[in-house]
Amino acid sequence: MMDSADLAANAQGYDVAVIGAGVVGCALARAFTLAGARVVVLEKAADVLDGASKGNSAILHTGFDAPEGSLELACVREGYALYHQIRERLGLPVMRSGAMVLAWSEAEVAELPALMAQARANGVTDVQAVTAAEALRLEPHLSANVMGGFRVPGEHLIDPWSAAHGYLLQALENGATLMRQAEVLTGRRSHGVWHLATTAGAVQADLVINAAGLWGDEVDLRVTGESWFTIKPRKGQFVVYDKSAASLLGHILLPVPTKITKGIVVCRTAYGNLLVGPTAEEQDDREHAILDRPTLQALMRRGEEILPALAGHEVTAVYAGLRPATEEKEYRIRTDLAEEYICVGGIRSTGLSAALGIAAHVLRLADRSYSALENPVWRQMPSLTDEAARDWQKPGHGGILCHCELVTRREVEAALTGPMAAGSMGGLKRRTRVTMGRCQGFYCSAELARITEGRLAQPMLGGGDGAD
Amino acid sequence: MAQIEAQTDVIVIGAGPAGLSAATELARLGVSVTVLDREAEAGGIPRHCNHPPYGLREFHRLMRGPAYARRLVAKALAAGVTIRTRTTVTALHPGGSIDVSSPEGLQTLAARVVLIATGVRETSRAARLIGGEKPGGILSTGALQGIVHLNGQRPFQRPVILGTELVAFSALLTCRHAGITPVAMIEPARRISARSPAIWLARLMRVPVLLQSTLDAIHGRTRVEAVRVDRRGQMQDIATDGVIVSGGFRPEAALLRTSHLEVDAGSGGPVIDVWGRLSDPTYFAAGNLLRGVETAGWCWAEGRRVARAIHAALQGKLPDPGGARLRLASDAVRLALPHVLPMTTGQDSGVANRLQLRLARPAKGRLRLMQDGRCLIERKIDSLPERRITLPLPALHSGSDISLTLEEAR
Repeated sequence: MMDSADLAANAQGYDVAVIGAGVVGCALARAFTLAGARVVVLEKAADVLDGASKGNSAILHTGFDAPEGSLELACVREGYALYHQIRERLGLPVMRSGAMVLAWSEAEVAELPALMAQARANGVTDVQAVTAAEALRLEPHLSANVMGGFRVPGEHLIDPWSAAHGYLLQALENGATLMRQAEVLTGRRSHGVWHLATTAGAVQADLVINAAGLWGDEVDLRVTGESWFTIKPRKGQFVVYDKSAASLLGHILLPVPTKITKGIVVCRTAYGNLLVGPTAEEQDDREHAILDRPTLQALMRRGEEILPALAGHEVTAVYAGLRPATEEKEYRIRTDLAEEYICVGGIRSTGLSAALGIAAHVLRLADRSYSALENPVWRQMPSLTDEAARDWQKPGHGGILCHCELVTRREVEAALTGPMAAGSMGGLKRRTRVTMGRCQGFYCSAELARITEGRLAQPMLGGGDGAD
Repeated sequence: MAQIEAQTDVIVIGAGPAGLSAATELARLGVSVTVLDREAEAGGIPRHCNHPPYGLREFHRLMRGPAYARRLVAKALAAGVTIRTRTTVTALHPGGSIDVSSPEGLQTLAARVVLIATGVRETSRAARLIGGEKPGGILSTGALQGIVHLNGQRPFQRPVILGTELVAFSALLTCRHAGITPVAMIEPARRISARSPAIWLARLMRVPVLLQSTLDAIHGRTRVEAVRVDRRGQMQDIATDGVIVSGGFRPEAALLRTSHLEVDAGSGGPVIDVWGRLSDPTYFAAGNLLRGVETAGWCWAEGRRVARAIHAALQGKLPDPGGARLRLASDAVRLALPHVLPMTTGQDSGVANRLQLRLARPAKGRLRLMQDGRCLIERKIDSLPERRITLPLPALHSGSDISLTLEEAR
């Protein structure tokens, strides 16, 4: 499927081909488009954000716990600042919840000073130590077993998908091209031009940027014949509680991190739910993120240990995501400018926070003299959180279709049209939140099946009769 | 937000069997009633249950769900009830004022009494913590029936059905209608939840019923490809292209939980007295919102009865709120209602005549209602979750708490 592909431009070739429409690819597309490049984004799935970006924990991190001096830290810091700089013009939400890193044992208490010192060294200077009593005063539903911690006021909650959608939509509105179901098969460079063979046809570009996430090493191999890292997928399972639980908590609650992972977070979501997760489970499979009941039950128990009042609240959703970890903790960003190829790999867990920073960094690495757009289009994303008025609060919405998440018929129609129209049910859910509430589609599936019939590249129904 | 004064005596939230029968009865008693429903069409769940038996109690004839729903709507309109569809209630405020969103925008409506009859939904796959992946082709019975009967679409061809409540056999009928051939029904208990005649439908359709089996995981990335079933410790993979997650009905009570009204932890629905009156006496409730699932006929009768109670309340003839509180003293019992029982109920003013119970797990033994150390009622039971259990309303000695105990047999 070719979305807004301009065949003439395709034949002539693009300045930049971005492989992968995850949050990093979307931010790259935006940065290069606004800088003046002609960009094509190649996505193998039926819709964008279908890989690692589909299952993130929706936190805008400050970088307080990133390794000192790392590229990851620099990108998170820059990404954080850029998000705040552009979010109003793109209609992107932020919940200034702040985080608390909490210690639950003497050993963890002993680690707090070093973590706070690291935060300050990382430029996050507003961290404040809290005693157990202060933590309980700030969060009255917290378990009395808490032993102390520190606050990180700058850690915020955001929408897990609207940012990436907003970046890509701005790129598309300013001339970029999105090709979906366009898996890159091979790459060949001749006469100073990349020739990419994809499942949606041939694409030519001067510069290729690999932002293929979970498939970063594979795309390296297919395009350049070699890869300097191996993806080692890390699975994270999450439990999302009903909106009734969100009032139990203000801050993002973080554990004392280990060498491997930030650990299990308990926080509200931008949509007014409460989330517990993720786990960190190494696996070889980069396609299947399998949920298992014992792990979900363990997550619920952990959540209830931290917030005892959570017991008895209903579970709205469970999900599993895969993070594109590699052999090393650091991002794997490498340029081969002789070959006009940049690999942006191993963005394992901070991609949502760092994406704009990574894009700015890669734009500087590419070091091109495009002529930047003078008056780029800024398109507001629809409001899916309570930060701004929702569509159901405005007349003319045609009635509410998804009752749990208060999604209107007008919103669904908008998500099925335009340059970034949804290509799958997953994509429609990420754009609108339909079926993502407590009933998980009991009430609205039939109407959605009717509305989406014949309009999704990957249809909602199988069955063969009238549906696909 | 547009303010609208009380233009109607009673607002009913939900145009299913309970809400429509209550509204019709109230209109007949001369009360002005407006029914709000968030769907594009009134009628509730029966609209997409395209099979009998509906209407026996109400209309003395055997009907299919959609015809039954149309009949309920026609009766209400003929009685003078106003029905507003595509109108979603977003908040309940003390004293009977409510916020609604409709295509016209936001409004606040007010009435002397608000009846909540928002019904039920099935427990989702997520809430059951079923493992595996999240491909397309996993539907509740409600969603399946809407897709088949309202749209004429076929979502899959050989699904498995999870659960054996009555609704699972309703799903079987829907499959038969659509030319869908289920490959198995999966039930964790030793026997099916529905009363035993239902099993003959599965036998007739040659669908194996796997008892003492749980759905461990669903596999497939974009569409369901297989399920893994735990059969008494033995894992078995079954090739399938869909999963019907049936039953486990729970009240659609989201509005209540974000309101000032008291909610019962056991049922998930509102705390009610014998008249269906809530903790704020301007609010009443009826229908499946109270407990999980009952038949449409039951909900219809309940709506009619609560309408009489509302009529009495509007005339100032209902006793003041309050009374003995019914408490559960056995973890085998999930819910018992009404929760508040007065010493005296006066003449028939829509008072409930039975207590309704549901179990949390299969159990047998002696149920007892105890007050002040005395046994008010005793009854033997041997039942399963989701099956109807009723007890007579006890005669009370005092206003102190009533305890519902279960002495379980070995």
